[in-house]
Amino acid sequence: MGLLSSVFKKNVSTEPPKPAAAPSRSADVAAKPAETKKEVKPVADKITLGYTHLSGCTGCTVALADNYAGLLTLLDRYVDLKYMPTLADVRHVQKVDVSFVEGSVCINDKLAVEELKETREKSTIVVALGGCACYGNITRFCRGGQQNQPQHEAYLPINELIKVDVFIPGCAPTPQLIRNVAVMAYLLLKGTKEQKDLATAYLKPLMALPVQGTACGASTACFCDLMTNVIDQGLCMGCGSCASACPVNAITHEYGKPQGERDLCIKCGACYNQCPRSWFSFDVVENYEAINEAIMAALQ
Amino acid sequence: MGAELGKYKACVSARSTDKEILKHAQDGGIVTSLLGYALDTGIIDGAIVAATKDFAAKHPSLIMRDNSNWDMIEPWRPIPAVVSTKADLLAAAGTKYNISPNVSMIKEATRSFGLDKVGIVGTPCQMQAVRKLQLYPIGARDVGAAVALAVGIFCMENFPYQSILQLVEDHAAMKMESVKKMEIGKGKFWIYGKRGQVVQLPLKVTHKYEQPGCHVCLDYVANLGDISTGSVGSPDGWSTVFVRSKIGDSVWANAMAAGVFETQPIEKVKPGLELVTKLANEKITKNKNTLESRKTFGVGKALRNPYI
Ligand SMILES: Cc1cc2nc3c(=O)[nH]c(=O)nc-3n(C[C@H](O)[C@H](O)[C@H](O)COP(=O)(O)OP(=O)(O)OC[C@H]3O[C@@H](n4cnc5c(N)ncnc54)[C@H](O)[C@@H]3O)c2cc1C
Ligand code: SF4
Ligand code: SF4
Ligand code: SF4
Repeated sequence: MGLLSSVFKKNVSTEPPKPAAAPSRSADVAAKPAETKKEVKPVADKITLGYTHLSGCTGCTVALADNYAGLLTLLDRYVDLKYMPTLADVRHVQKVDVSFVEGSVCINDKLAVEELKETREKSTIVVALGGCACYGNITRFCRGGQQNQPQHEAYLPINELIKVDVFIPGCAPTPQLIRNVAVMAYLLLKGTKEQKDLATAYLKPLMALPVQGTACGASTACFCDLMTNVIDQGLCMGCGSCASACPVNAITHEYGKPQGERDLCIKCGACYNQCPRSWFSFDVVENYEAINEAIMAALQ
Repeated sequence: MGAELGKYKACVSARSTDKEILKHAQDGGIVTSLLGYALDTGIIDGAIVAATKDFAAKHPSLIMRDNSNWDMIEPWRPIPAVVSTKADLLAAAGTKYNISPNVSMIKEATRSFGLDKVGIVGTPCQMQAVRKLQLYPIGARDVGAAVALAVGIFCMENFPYQSILQLVEDHAAMKMESVKKMEIGKGKFWIYGKRGQVVQLPLKVTHKYEQPGCHVCLDYVANLGDISTGSVGSPDGWSTVFVRSKIGDSVWANAMAAGVFETQPIEKVKPGLELVTKLANEKITKNKNTLESRKTFGVGKALRNPYI
C-alpha cells in the first residue's frame, strides 16, 4: 500500500503518469515547426501490439474500437499496432511486445492452430481477450456443421494450447477494461520503477487467471465458479455484482443470494471475475480514485 | 492499525435539517437527504436504494427481479430499486437488516432506466464491489464512469432474511408486519413495534444468525464510499459522516452550503471517533482471525481467501 501511495503522490497529484519516457508533446509542438511534428513523436517508446483473430464474433474488436478517441490517443502515444485484421493493413502475425487474441481456437482448423502458436512465439505477452479466448464461452456449445467448413467442430480456449499471460474476461469484454490493461501493459514495459510496480499490482489478478483453472475442470468458466469458489466457500455476501455482470441475465437474486439459471449460462466467466469475493486486491482497489485519474490523465 | 477508518478528508457528526426525512430515516437522515439533494441539483439522475414490499407493489417496473414468489414479498425484505423522486427515496429510508443486492441494478440503471449519473447506497462490501467494477469492468461496460455518487453505510454484519424472521418472530415474539424499526446499537438488537412495544435482544443471541460471508469482511466504515455514514460515534438521532473522495468532498460542501445538514465537530460529541475506531478494529481483527483459521480449516486443506 505504501508503495502505491508513493506512486500516486509522484505521478498523480503532481503529474499524471504521462509515462516518464514520453517527451512532453505540447512543448515539442510549440518549439518546433509543424512539419517536424511527426518525427518527434515518441514512436521509439511505444509498445508494439498485435491482434490475432481466431474464432470470435468480432465483438471484442468492436469493444476495442469503442474506446473512440481513447483508442486514437492510445495508438498515438503508447501503442504501435503492428497487425490486426479489420483495423490495420497488416494482418499476419509479427514480432510484438503484446498480442491480443480474440476468440477460441478451432483444433480442426490447421491455420488457426498455426496462427495461435506463431502468436505465442512472437509475443512477449499474450493476452486472451474476451470470454471465448479465456474460457471457450459460447463456442463451447459448437457441434460443427456450419458451412463452408462443417468439419470445424471443436473449439478450445487458447490457454489449452499455449501459455497465456493475461486474461481479459467478459462477453464482450468492456472497452474500459481493454483500455486499462493497455495502459498498464505500457507502464509495465516502459514505465518508471514505480509505474511498473503499479502495473504489476493491477495486472496481478488478471495474470493469475490463466494458471488458476476453473470449477468445471480444464478452463471452462460458468456460474459454477461462483457456486464452488464463492458461495460454497462461505464467501458470498449478496452484493449483486454477479447478476449485474451476466450478459445473458442468467443470474437473479433470491433472498439476496445469487441463483444461476445454468441452462442460460453461456460460460463467459464475467460473474465470477466481477465478484468482489472471487479476487480482490486492497492495494489496488483502495487506490481506485488515483488509478482512475491516472488512466484518464494518460488518455487526455 | 491506523487504516481501520479508511482515507477521509473530513469527519463530522451531522443531521438532516429536513424534519420529514428525520421522521422516516434510520439515524440522521444523511443518506436520504444527500441523495435527495443530489437528485435536486442534477448530480445524479436516479439512485439505487433498498426499497420495500409496498414500493414494489406500486412500482413493479423499478425493482430488481428475483426468483421468489412475487406475490409473497415479505415485510422487511429489501428490494433493490432505482428511484428518481424524493418521495420514492423517502419510502426507501431506514435500515433493513438483511441482504439487499443493490449492485445488481447498477448496469441496468444505465440501460433500461437510462441514467447517465447513478447514485447508489450500500454496505462497505457493496462499495468494494462498485470500485472493483470501476477498476476492473468485466461485465460493466460504460458503468464505472456513470457512478456519480456512492454513499456507504457502516456495517458490522448483515443477516439472511430468514435470520431476521427468526429473531423477530421466535426470539422477540413479534410479527414482522408489526415492526416499525430495527436497530443495532449499544450492544443490543432493538425491535420497535408499531404499537410502541420495544424488545431488545443481546447480540450474543443474534451472532449465530449472521450471514457467514460477513465473517471475512475487513471494512466497517465503508472506506470506499464517496461519503460514508453510520450511527456509531454520534448522539441519538445524529450520524457520523466521513467525507472521503473528491466527488464526496464537492457534494458535501455544496449540500452544506445549501443548508441540507446541520453539523457538530466530531471531537465535541460523545462517544465520538474513539468508539468508531474501537469497533472498526474489533471487526477487522475478528475477521482477520477468521481468514487465518480458514487456512487450516480442514486437515491439511484450506478454505479460499478472496484477498490477494
Ligand atoms: C446491514 C446493516 C448493518 C449496519 N450496521 C451498522 C453498524 O454496525 N454501525 C453503524 O453505525 N451503522 C450501521 N448501519 C448503518 C445504519 O443502520 C444506517 O443505515 C445509517 O446510519 C444511515 O442512516 P441514515 O439515517 O443516514 O439513512 P436513511 O436516510 O435512513 O437511509 C438509509 C438508506 O440505506 C438503504 N438501505 C437500507 N437497508 C439496506 C441494506 N440492507 N443494504 C443496502 N442499503 C440499505 C436505504 O434504502 C436507504 O436509502 C448498518 C446498516 C445496514 C444496512
Ligand atoms: S458478486 Fe459474489 S459476493 Fe456478490 S452476490 Fe454475487 S456471488 Fe455473492
Ligand atoms: S452465469 Fe452469466 S456471467 Fe456467469 S458465466 Fe454464465 S453467462 Fe457468464
Ligand atoms: S459485514 Fe461486510 S460483508 Fe457483511 S454486509 Fe456488512 S459490509 Fe457486507
